[in-house]
Amino acid sequence: MSTTHDIAIIGGGIMGCATALRLAEVGMRTIVLDQGDLGLGASGVNAGTLSLQIKRVKLMPYALAGHREWEAMGVAVGFKKPGGYTLAFTAREAALLQERQSLKAQAGAPIRFVSIDELRKAEPNLAPGIVAASYCPEDGYANSSLTGRYYRLRMRAADIDVRERCPATKISQTSGGFRIETPQAPVKCVRLLIAAGGWIKPLAGQLGVDLPINVRVNTASVTERMKPLFSAVIGHATGLLTMKQKTDGTVLIGGGWQGRGTPQSGRGTVTMETVIPNLALAQFALPALGSARVTRCWTGFEANVPDFYPLAGQLPGVANAFVLGCVRGGFTIGPYIGRLMGDFILGRETELSLFDPGRDFNEELQ
Amino acid sequence: MTADCDIAVLGAGPAGANAAIQAATGGCSVVLLDEAAQPGGQVWRAKSTSILSAPANSESKAGDALRRAVNQSDITHHGSTRVWQIERVDDVWRLYLLQGNQTEKMTARALILATGAREFVHPIPGWTTPGVHGLAGATALFKDALILPGKNTVVAGAGPLAFFVASEIRRLGGQIAAVITPNSRSEWLRAIPAMSARPDLLARGATWVADLMTSGIPIHWRHAVTAVSGTSQVDAVHFQRVSPDWSPVDKVRTLNADSLCLGHGLIPDTQAAQLAGLELTYRAELGGWVARVAPDGITEVKNLFVCGDGAGILGAAAAVVQGRLAGLAAATGFGAQRSENLYQQLLSQHARAARFGRAATALALPRPGLNRVATPNTIICRCESLTLADIRDEIRTGATSTNAVKAGLRAGMGPCGGRYCQTAVSRLIEHTANLPEGSVAPPTPRPPLRPVPLSAMADDFNYDDLPISKPAPL
Repeated sequence: MSTTHDIAIIGGGIMGCATALRLAEVGMRTIVLDQGDLGLGASGVNAGTLSLQIKRVKLMPYALAGHREWEAMGVAVGFKKPGGYTLAFTAREAALLQERQSLKAQAGAPIRFVSIDELRKAEPNLAPGIVAASYCPEDGYANSSLTGRYYRLRMRAADIDVRERCPATKISQTSGGFRIETPQAPVKCVRLLIAAGGWIKPLAGQLGVDLPINVRVNTASVTERMKPLFSAVIGHATGLLTMKQKTDGTVLIGGGWQGRGTPQSGRGTVTMETVIPNLALAQFALPALGSARVTRCWTGFEANVPDFYPLAGQLPGVANAFVLGCVRGGFTIGPYIGRLMGDFILGRETELSLFDPGRDFNEELQ
Repeated sequence: MTADCDIAVLGAGPAGANAAIQAATGGCSVVLLDEAAQPGGQVWRAKSTSILSAPANSESKAGDALRRAVNQSDITHHGSTRVWQIERVDDVWRLYLLQGNQTEKMTARALILATGAREFVHPIPGWTTPGVHGLAGATALFKDALILPGKNTVVAGAGPLAFFVASEIRRLGGQIAAVITPNSRSEWLRAIPAMSARPDLLARGATWVADLMTSGIPIHWRHAVTAVSGTSQVDAVHFQRVSPDWSPVDKVRTLNADSLCLGHGLIPDTQAAQLAGLELTYRAELGGWVARVAPDGITEVKNLFVCGDGAGILGAAAAVVQGRLAGLAAATGFGAQRSENLYQQLLSQHARAARFGRAATALALPRPGLNRVATPNTIICRCESLTLADIRDEIRTGATSTNAVKAGLRAGMGPCGGRYCQTAVSRLIEHTANLPEGSVAPPTPRPPLRPVPLSAMADDFNYDDLPISKPAPL
């Protein structure tokens, strides 16, 4: 059988699936390939934080739109919006908090500083010694584990072809577009979107494009179910801690601590040299966590480019090939930027501008 | 990097303790780590102090001999110690241990994994009723504390273990309502030539069956327990004839009993091997998913050895020999002289014991018909109270890997870390999605190997030691 798809999307994470759903809405014949399970790469193993307090100033409009998307996805992705506090324990951290959150507030995030009394009233189990805190009522989280399940159901309902555990082993250009070799039948397509997170670089490399992508190996940990200890999303001025207690009582702890490994060598591995201080900081902020048993620690690959803005647009020099990925806070903006990417591929004007993968990464983004 | 010892051995059962003894004989410094206070593992578990005067049996005698040998050796034995994380740092293994409520770290140049087996109980309606025990779990109660499962017990399951459990319950003064096994008499007869590789073990098994038969205990061959009733306690056990693939056929019969020992074979415990970097493959004849391991314990990873039931369910006799071989291989790697005679002798001993072990494992290996026993309301994942219907519905939406079912439903995310449900979930995916046996792998391993109190992981923290990292870009 030699069907040619209008577009093949390599990478069934949030961004690839959100793009596929937008394209399928207008009747594009779309196929999504994933080397593993849908939504179980970075999309499914990140800490799920939806916090405007840790978003970049220039990405604030995208993050605000992303929050609206996650809120609409609702209970199916475990969305909650309890608000979020960012804590400072020293004068240096308080100054950092003041400077950074003020800029984010100016960019449109409803962030304000709260008194320690107000904080204590809301979260009585937090440790003493907090000297400053900011609050954003729009902050919350989704359960990233449910990402794959959510998109699997949406893709089925939209009748989109999905091949899981089906890596693209070779991509070549043909007269009519592209041919992708896989362990199953090859895929022929007119257009191609690479949305494979930490694996974008080798895939773009097959089409002769060298993208300056680095990969971070973020670590997260979770405890067994606990009685309610706190309700808001808790962050730390340095960014070294995020935590939330989900409705099932488990406490999810992250903070960008780095594990080991590369996408090329398979999955990443945690190293206790970074997990232990991450957990210690969590216990420092919320002493009652000490009695919780940690049940799992894991890593996820977060790709980035030197300016830490997304790659979203045309793959430089390859007609009909596109790339989407690489951003700090990709979980938050993923569903939204995926939709924009769909519009871009359809040749439509996008609601907010995209991020040209052919830009000079050493220049300040305009 | 210098290491605290040459060789760390995880697990002090027949395989691990013998590996440690052999390696220490070769002049290596060896640390032997185990969750239990004393060596012996599950099969040669030490009696608790309250029952020291209880009569000896061949397991307790073998265990006592092993404990004496460990005591007389130069091994450093750490009992009551849980290994919860394994990392490769440069050219050494770093282990994180939980002792009491404290985390300790240690390093070793080589690592021998002898993590043994866990048991598989295929979920059936009512299997979570109090009074239902795993077959292997029941043996732990006898050996450790002389506790019987109840006053009137049905013993059900495949392979030799059911007969051992029934025979032990009788020896300890308990009453057996019946033994129910899905194996047929002719399957046992066909297994005898292979089992004759270890006539001593075969003879021992024969005495269990002979004891039951001469005492008039009903043995229902080619039958399986298909439901348990009772609310706060087992009231009755329901069973049916089964076909050769163990699908229930014919009418349901009922036995009154207050307890049930139920088991469907043993599964190699491979999570430590996975954390250490080994890939798993499905080997039905070895009891399921295992790492690739040579008879002398050598694996694809340098200075990493696996031996005993954790490398494949071949039983204690094979584990003893493979443990010695692995200890020999590890010590040889550090310059110990290896007697070629001893090595060849051990290899042929292992081949014989393995032949017996494979025959026993083949009898116990769960067959596809078992998947027809659970009803939609049967609990599959105990930690999260997920039923067969919950998991089957998820599979039917396209979640056809254990990772996908785990992420979508939390099956395997509870405190047991999937030890209870993952094999059942794999089999259910294969059955529901019409995939071949052994095609659905266990989920990605996540440390810690056991739940660890956060305070024990986080100790010795000084806030001022936090790295002053470059803040994320604004």
